[in-house]
Amino acid sequence: MSDSDLLLSMRGVCKSFGVVQANQQVDLLLKAGDILGLLGENGAGKTTLMNILFGTYQADQGSISIQGQPVEIHSSADALELGVGMVHQHFHLVPRHTVLENLMLGRPGKGGRLDQTGARDRLEEIGKHYGLKLNPDAIVSELTIGEQQRLEIIKALFRKAKILILDEPTAVLTPKESEGLFSALRALADGGMGIIFITHKLYEVREVTNRVVVMRGGAVTAVVEDPRAVTEGSLAQMMCGHELTPPEKTTSQLRDPLLKLSGISTRIPNRPFLKDVDMVVHGGEILGIAGVSGNGQRELADVIAGILPPSEGKIEVKGNTITQSSPRKMQKLKIGRIPEDRMTTGLVTTLPLFSSMVLPWINHPNFSRLGILRLKAIREFTEAMISRFGIRAIGPEVRTGTLSGGNLQKALLARELAFDPEVLLASQPTRGLDVAAADFVHRKFLELREAGAAIILISEDLEELFTLSDRIMVMYEGCVHGEQNIADASVEKIGLMMAGAEAA
Amino acid sequence: MDEILSQIFHIGFFAALIRIATPFILATIGELFAERSGVLNLGIEGIMLFGAMSGFTMAYFSNSLWLGVLAAMLTGMLMAILMGFLTVSLGLSQHVSGIGVTLLSTGFAFFFYRLIFGQPSTPPNIKAFTPVGIPVLMDIPWVGPVLFQQAALTYLALLLVPLSAFLLFQTPWGLNLRTVGENPHAADSAGVNVSAMRYQGLMISGALMGAAGAFLVMVQFNAFTFGVISGRGWVCIALVVFGQWGPWKSAAGALLFALIDALQLRLQASSAINLPYQVFLMMPFVLTIVTMTLVSRNARAPSALLKPFRKEER
Repeated sequence: MSDSDLLLSMRGVCKSFGVVQANQQVDLLLKAGDILGLLGENGAGKTTLMNILFGTYQADQGSISIQGQPVEIHSSADALELGVGMVHQHFHLVPRHTVLENLMLGRPGKGGRLDQTGARDRLEEIGKHYGLKLNPDAIVSELTIGEQQRLEIIKALFRKAKILILDEPTAVLTPKESEGLFSALRALADGGMGIIFITHKLYEVREVTNRVVVMRGGAVTAVVEDPRAVTEGSLAQMMCGHELTPPEKTTSQLRDPLLKLSGISTRIPNRPFLKDVDMVVHGGEILGIAGVSGNGQRELADVIAGILPPSEGKIEVKGNTITQSSPRKMQKLKIGRIPEDRMTTGLVTTLPLFSSMVLPWINHPNFSRLGILRLKAIREFTEAMISRFGIRAIGPEVRTGTLSGGNLQKALLARELAFDPEVLLASQPTRGLDVAAADFVHRKFLELREAGAAIILISEDLEELFTLSDRIMVMYEGCVHGEQNIADASVEKIGLMMAGAEAA
Repeated sequence: MDEILSQIFHIGFFAALIRIATPFILATIGELFAERSGVLNLGIEGIMLFGAMSGFTMAYFSNSLWLGVLAAMLTGMLMAILMGFLTVSLGLSQHVSGIGVTLLSTGFAFFFYRLIFGQPSTPPNIKAFTPVGIPVLMDIPWVGPVLFQQAALTYLALLLVPLSAFLLFQTPWGLNLRTVGENPHAADSAGVNVSAMRYQGLMISGALMGAAGAFLVMVQFNAFTFGVISGRGWVCIALVVFGQWGPWKSAAGALLFALIDALQLRLQASSAINLPYQVFLMMPFVLTIVTMTLVSRNARAPSALLKPFRKEER
């Protein structure tokens, strides 16, 4: 295949950040009509490569050609000009502006004014052509996540993108929305576009792509011409470099109820209300909580953690009713917590690691006496945790924020498990982690379950929920919308319930 | 009581109201451009003073009021560029930088005034702008004398309101500017130069703040005094919030403030109410605080206001 037949060819791309080789001699070829899966763990160099293509970074070495023409891409403006569009994992939208305003951003106007009619017409045309429809006058913050992503794709089409990069696009979608995305992508590829689909979810690769480039440690380790012809297992092996077996789930003994919520409601302005939530979790089980984000899961977690006082309802821990809950009280009752956002609510990124590690335990007699910190004990504790959990950190003194996402999560996990919680509340514990780190977290959860603790797992990753949970509860618009034992549950059923359909 | 009312609400009162409002409209709209791009320009108080000083000096020596206005605007732009260097290029705290720019500009104004004029026993003065009547329109009863017999700068200030609304909401440039103030990452990935937009917003703000200062020394008064701004800049910061970052509402806020100010001037002059004059002087500020507390509860500032933009971070 000569380069002139190709929509895109990147050859010999190298990029290093300091001593880290993020990309080494990477080749990537894309034809019109391709949906190319770019598969790899976090830190494998996928995002770096795409950022080079989109002009965010400059390659140290290597060449890029688009439709046979060698090109230099110095900025995202250059990339857009050359027909490269990118849908980032974190959307680049203005929530307060309308759909139309987001589409007209950075575009020339007509006679000095914004070209509203032109934009409306284009939007309608794209809607007809690819089934990507949106109300031009809707305010973006009122759109669902799926619709916002659609807007990002439309934005790229507006600029006549020939190459569309999607960075882990399904991470935020319900299964149904993912299906919609896949069919839109197929329509775009049929229309002659080339699509690069970054993911670390194996089944998606087999579902939607027609070619896969696997990256590991900054280099391409495999190119698979027909993804449907290989198994997920072998893809995983290419991605991780070793075989990955899913953690074994033993049947565990269901014990006494440890945490019980009855009739919990909240009324906090600007946050979803919880409406009459009943929930019970027993020792030795993992209760999965599914739901599209913003349906009250976060509020539920905050109520359990003692952050958010419920306006009505009762919280019972081991049969004792809790009045006036507070984070400290819940901690004393051995309710551990892995918050959704490890960078802001979990750890303090600007403090040394040892400070982050003892935040909830600061009043524990091991760590402070008469209001004075026992720094030596704190350091020793941190060192012990670093070795026990295999946290990659130079030492307890290192600034928390310099750790990678996976290591931060390990640190959080170590901190919460250190004093044997009886209930562990984990929100999105593996979001943004690579397969190996996620696997580590999962195994720890299962160990804890076997030891008789109760785990409440709030996740948007259905695969994770299905691997770990004994029961799955679905939240929808602040209510418990249904609950199923893992044996009776299927991705389809839970997906439908997440979208508000009644349980069958 | 009737006497007071008739004393207050005659044509001259409303004409004065528009005149008092002019510098507030100019500087508030200026501040609005900076804030819409994501930079709080707290240099406003000092920039207005430095603009007033340099405008006055230029007018004094060149005998041209318009050259004076131009000098004031250029001075304002220059200080705004400094503000941009600190907050946009270096990404420093906007609060600290703004107060620094105010202190520096104030210092410059005092320093250069003393250097040029020394300490004269009677301050030098210039021949101020005189009202220019607009033919035909000025003869409309009531409206004519109030709106169409004003200084040229006032007309420009009034025209600035629809013009800036048009620029902000109807042009690609305005959409880019607003987006930079809301989500600079979105703007950047759409190929908009975030720093350039913020510098532009700031330069417009500086120019208009300078013009507001010039108005005070060339229309309201005809000499430069060190107290010529006396907190007007800070009021404009509040007016932007009051106006919820929109030109029309901000201008309405400026008019409201001017109304109260004009009112207290009349009340001071009237002999009917016997109170220390400081009470009257205080009125507009007290009312600003009250309205601000009421309005700003629902105010929604541009999302990226106060946040420096660094490409790699989010």
